[in-house]
Amino acid sequence: MTPLIKLNASSPHESARKHVSGAARYVDDLPAPQGMLHGFAVASPHAHAKIVSRDGTRARALPGVHAVLFAADVPGSNHIGPVVHDEDLLADATAQCVGHAVAVVVAESRDIAREAAALVDVVYEVLPAILTIEESIAAKAFLGSPHHMARGDVDAALASAAIVIKATARNPAQDHFYLETHAALAIPEEGGNWLIYSSTQHPTEVQGEVASVLGLPRNAVVVEVPRLGGGFGGKESQASQIACWAALGAHVTGRPVKVWLDREQDMTHTGKRHPFRTDYEAGFDADGRLTALRARVYADAGFSLDLSQAINDRALFHLDNAYYVPNVDFQNFTCKTNLLSNTAFRGFGGPQGMVVIEDAMQRAAERLGKDPNVFRVASFYGDAPRNVTPYGMRVDQPRAARLWEELSASSDYATRSAAIAAHNATSSVVKRGLGFMPVKFGISFTATLLNQAGALVLVYADGSVQMNHGGIEMGQGLHTKMLAIAGDELGVPASAVRAMDTATDKVPNTSATAASSGSDLNGWAVRNACAEIRQRMAVVAAEVLGVPAAALVFADGQVGAPGGPSMPFAKLANTCWVRRISLSSTGFYATPDLAYDREKGFGRPFFYFAWGASVVEVEVNALTGEHRVVRADLLQDVGKSLVPSIDLGQVEGAFVQGVGWLTMEECLYDKRGRFVTHGPSTYKIPTIGDVPADLRVHLLENVEQDGTIHGSKAVGEPPLMLGIGVVSALRQAIGAFASPGHEIELALPATPEAVLRAIMDVRARSAAGAPSLHG
Amino acid sequence: MAIRFLLNGKAVEVDGVAPTTTLLQWLREHAHLTGTKEGCAEGDCGACTVALADVGPDGEPTWRAVDSCLVFLPALNGRSVLTVEGLGGDHPVQDAMVKHLGSQCGYCTPGFVMSLFEACHRKDLTATDDAGLNDQLCGNLCRCTGYRPIRDAAIEVVGTQPVDGHVATAPTGTATDYVAKGGRYAQPADLAGLFDALDAMPGARIVSGATDLALEVNKLHKALPALVSVESIPSLRGVTRTAGGWRIGATTLLADVEAWSKDPFPSLHRMLRYFASRQIKNRATLGGNVCNASPIGDTPPVLLALDATAILASRAGERRVPLREFFLSYRKTALGEGEVLAAIELPDLPEDAFAASYKVSKRRELDISAVAASFVVRVQSGVVSEARLAYGGMAATPSRAAGAERALVGRPFDEAAVNDAVAALATDFTPMSDHRGTAWYRATLAGNLLRGFYLETRNDRQPTLPARHAGTVIA
Ligand SMILES: Cc1cc2nc3c(=O)[nH]c(=O)nc-3n(C[C@H](O)[C@H](O)[C@H](O)COP(=O)(O)OP(=O)(O)OC[C@H]3O[C@@H](n4cnc5c(N)ncnc54)[C@H](O)[C@@H]3O)c2cc1C
Ligand code: FES
Ligand code: FES
Repeated sequence: MTPLIKLNASSPHESARKHVSGAARYVDDLPAPQGMLHGFAVASPHAHAKIVSRDGTRARALPGVHAVLFAADVPGSNHIGPVVHDEDLLADATAQCVGHAVAVVVAESRDIAREAAALVDVVYEVLPAILTIEESIAAKAFLGSPHHMARGDVDAALASAAIVIKATARNPAQDHFYLETHAALAIPEEGGNWLIYSSTQHPTEVQGEVASVLGLPRNAVVVEVPRLGGGFGGKESQASQIACWAALGAHVTGRPVKVWLDREQDMTHTGKRHPFRTDYEAGFDADGRLTALRARVYADAGFSLDLSQAINDRALFHLDNAYYVPNVDFQNFTCKTNLLSNTAFRGFGGPQGMVVIEDAMQRAAERLGKDPNVFRVASFYGDAPRNVTPYGMRVDQPRAARLWEELSASSDYATRSAAIAAHNATSSVVKRGLGFMPVKFGISFTATLLNQAGALVLVYADGSVQMNHGGIEMGQGLHTKMLAIAGDELGVPASAVRAMDTATDKVPNTSATAASSGSDLNGWAVRNACAEIRQRMAVVAAEVLGVPAAALVFADGQVGAPGGPSMPFAKLANTCWVRRISLSSTGFYATPDLAYDREKGFGRPFFYFAWGASVVEVEVNALTGEHRVVRADLLQDVGKSLVPSIDLGQVEGAFVQGVGWLTMEECLYDKRGRFVTHGPSTYKIPTIGDVPADLRVHLLENVEQDGTIHGSKAVGEPPLMLGIGVVSALRQAIGAFASPGHEIELALPATPEAVLRAIMDVRARSAAGAPSLHG
Repeated sequence: MAIRFLLNGKAVEVDGVAPTTTLLQWLREHAHLTGTKEGCAEGDCGACTVALADVGPDGEPTWRAVDSCLVFLPALNGRSVLTVEGLGGDHPVQDAMVKHLGSQCGYCTPGFVMSLFEACHRKDLTATDDAGLNDQLCGNLCRCTGYRPIRDAAIEVVGTQPVDGHVATAPTGTATDYVAKGGRYAQPADLAGLFDALDAMPGARIVSGATDLALEVNKLHKALPALVSVESIPSLRGVTRTAGGWRIGATTLLADVEAWSKDPFPSLHRMLRYFASRQIKNRATLGGNVCNASPIGDTPPVLLALDATAILASRAGERRVPLREFFLSYRKTALGEGEVLAAIELPDLPEDAFAASYKVSKRRELDISAVAASFVVRVQSGVVSEARLAYGGMAATPSRAAGAERALVGRPFDEAAVNDAVAALATDFTPMSDHRGTAWYRATLAGNLLRGFYLETRNDRQPTLPARHAGTVIA
């Protein structure tokens, strides 16, 4: 039974009962089709190597092995990639990173396939590899094209600034660690057609890549996605290679082939959140207002472009965060390295950009021994002329000041600040810090063409409804919201509507479920499809009931005029069928008013901004560097919430993921470019005890947004950046171990070791009276 | 012989699969019960959690949450397993998860449901025990929810003892000799049978809870063709009083050692609180942790500081080896051919002893130590009469810090003595760098933990950590 779901009301997750009973199916849970084989990729052990020879003879000789496939076995194109096709599906002339697939083995079982994989003989000639951003910069190994934004006169502003900060900000990588690893099942169908089940956020892309790899038109390939066990961006572009391996294996053997990655394979075959290095100079006036920011932003793309350019661009779009910067000079570089190809991850570069300006705020305050929030509040976007972004877009409803006002009051900021100062004055081993983080996040794909969505709604003659849309349910509650919208539009309980698995034969040419856009785009498409059907039904109802169609209300499963005659929706559906009225419709939506000129660095890339803020309190132990979040207060602007319980879940979950990124999740490569933290035993994501016992989460009230679906706003990504507040809290606590006036050098993620180092470093400088590193 | 056990209340019989097939693999691939998920196959995510009938710390049958990815199928012979499918769909823990929106993508959910199932039947856990709830659930990772709703669901159900018809029958395994696919798994019911099996299966590996051994299969893809389990031998399990001390059977579950040690050995209790997860402690045994002889094992430093003795058993009888002499070199122990660890003996902790343990890791819960430390210092007539300072993560074996101990003994327990001891650590140990910590960090921690211990004793703090803390040291 579908639980009670209603628009604008807190509701359970539409699949909750299936989740808790184990009935919810993911790709790897689907019953095996008859004759199914298993595919297993053979990975390059070298970061960069010429492939001298390859030989599958020994592997093929193993009983149970059906095929060993190399680049030459690809019937169509061996080149894949979401924006440009710059990756070899199977490494051909050279292997570009450790983990690059060189061959795919197809066998009766996964165990046999793994055993055979070790018998595939590949001779490599090791080539020099680029393993760091610095090496990539030195070699000018840039991908894509740089993006530049400029306004005002940065040099003049820096020359007249009261404080100038010159520093390098770095942010770490992050593995997605969705609980469900990648999986794909390719089933050959009659007539040379294909059915692919894939754990992807982007079925259309998988469809396109599989078609291209097999040399087929897209109509030969149907991609279907049951649901995902988490995506977070990691299944946007990177699912394609897995589906293509399966399809290739199935093409050659003529049997269904499943490729499922175990955790280690998942972590060593697929890319992460991009680590960035940003060299910047920031100027502040005597009131603490930011006057200038120059930034050179370097993203570690890994071995291929993937989505790195767009991610790096989004970093530029978010260097300003919630602050008006009159003079800017931003430029990004997308650096190729021989590492896993980094990819989309919740925030998509935005967090990486914000980390930079927050570093500037912290340093300025630390150097002067002041409260960093003085700098933040003084620099907020506000009324004209302080309401234009570096790329010329107007900030229509700047909310940072309101968020600060409401959140500092509700979190008791001033009182707690004083209490912390008193605690820190007397406690020698454990100090506390209180951090504040405002967030402004632009909503829309910055590639304008992606801002479109479709839906297909089918009403059956018994009044039951099937709803298809282009979005993927990956835990974010998209289907729950879509059911609420459809139920509301058709005036039926959401339980009468069934959310269908996402499939490319229902809705074509979809965009990825990404960029927080899922409900913004698909919500309108679903609503438009339902509205179309409702209009047709209303004409019939008007005739049957003898009231004007315009007076009809569809609600609670009834159709009628208020106070007048009515009929059940189901009965009307049957009447429509009898009268030969179409009961299905597509719906479509394209976001209006977007225009951005990347050459000029100017325009309107976003439909609107989502805002939020956090206040985070931490404790730090100076003997071990261990720390914990004691309390967090979060306030998020989601417009008029479609389903508040779902939005709250997104805010909390994203915040915890953001804190994990910055405090414990350490992606480590060894000197040969091998990713070594490839399982949860060494790659630590937050567990239940890492979440503050005191977590207060609220949605900003009375913020219905113009032009969006039912006045709502996107929520998937923006709250991740609320987690950045933990860094300012940690820096304050670390600073409390030394005399004021020293910038804190805290490496991220702020593991206990990093924090202990930062404490010892600032103490040493403080004792020696030495100037700060960046003085 | 086939493996027979109860699965969701129904008798099943398994034959013809390799003995190292894990319960998780079998559930998903053979029983087609796909509610139980694989998120890691290394015991670190809990997506595979099921409930296993076992004997509780009070001697009564009980359900324990365990990671099915680390259970070899033959270990189930004669036992009873409950998976998420066995709960139906409207068990109180499932209702609570739905109500509180404890699932988003749902992939971690069956695992959480089974951990909550154990929690609702626990008699020693209450909703207000924050640390206990963290311990109960830290073995389940969720990447979506941020855990708050799951905690709320837990608060609603822990210790409620619902009458749900799921009775933990068949709580102990029966003798097993399972042969299939070129592998053999013997699980004798007494010591004589154990030594027979070891004689009959030369080169066999001893298996206890398999929480280490299963990783060799799952992660290193090793074949372990001959396994002899010590799990079903009653004389190896449980804690008994001896003259002046305690004897802990080698196969006593760490969950039970944790519960028991609270009063007699708070430093052991404190370490076990931050040891792995509930699911692991529900299978892992004390003997397994000691025999594993890992340099980063967490109980060895504690046992060394408590001056433990290892009781080794062979057909010839028992012999006693001070634990100090048990760890020979990297992962090598004093165990001889045909010999097993039967028990660990601990002398009572003297009234005048300060004892505490510390564990530092990247993440507070369910993580391997960068450094683990355990100290026992006795102060008599104002001077240190005995000091046992033991560390994990600092050398190739769990080790005592001989130089630092010398620096303390015979002097007042004061800052000067502690400073000298900290200085001596530099010659006692040359730690390594790895992804859990650099050599610098380990060396610094070793000294700081000793300083922290001194501060704790000076402040006369209870050696019990508060539920939430900013570090392993309470100073
Ligand atoms: C997710 C996870 C987290 C973990 N966290 C921790 C942690 O925090 N701290 C820590 O120290 N360890 C940790 N471990 C390691 C492991 O759980 C412990 O070492 C555990 O105590 C091993 O006990 P077991 O009964 O499972 O041993 P098994 O895996 O059965 O055996 C381990 C070794 O000991 C030998 N052995 C076992 N019993 C005997 C005996 N009676 N006589 C002779 N030899 C024997 C076996 O042959 C084998 O070589 C963790 C493991 C996992 C998977
Ligand atoms: S699959 Fe992760 S703990 Fe078993
Ligand atoms: S709900 Fe997705 S991992 Fe927990």
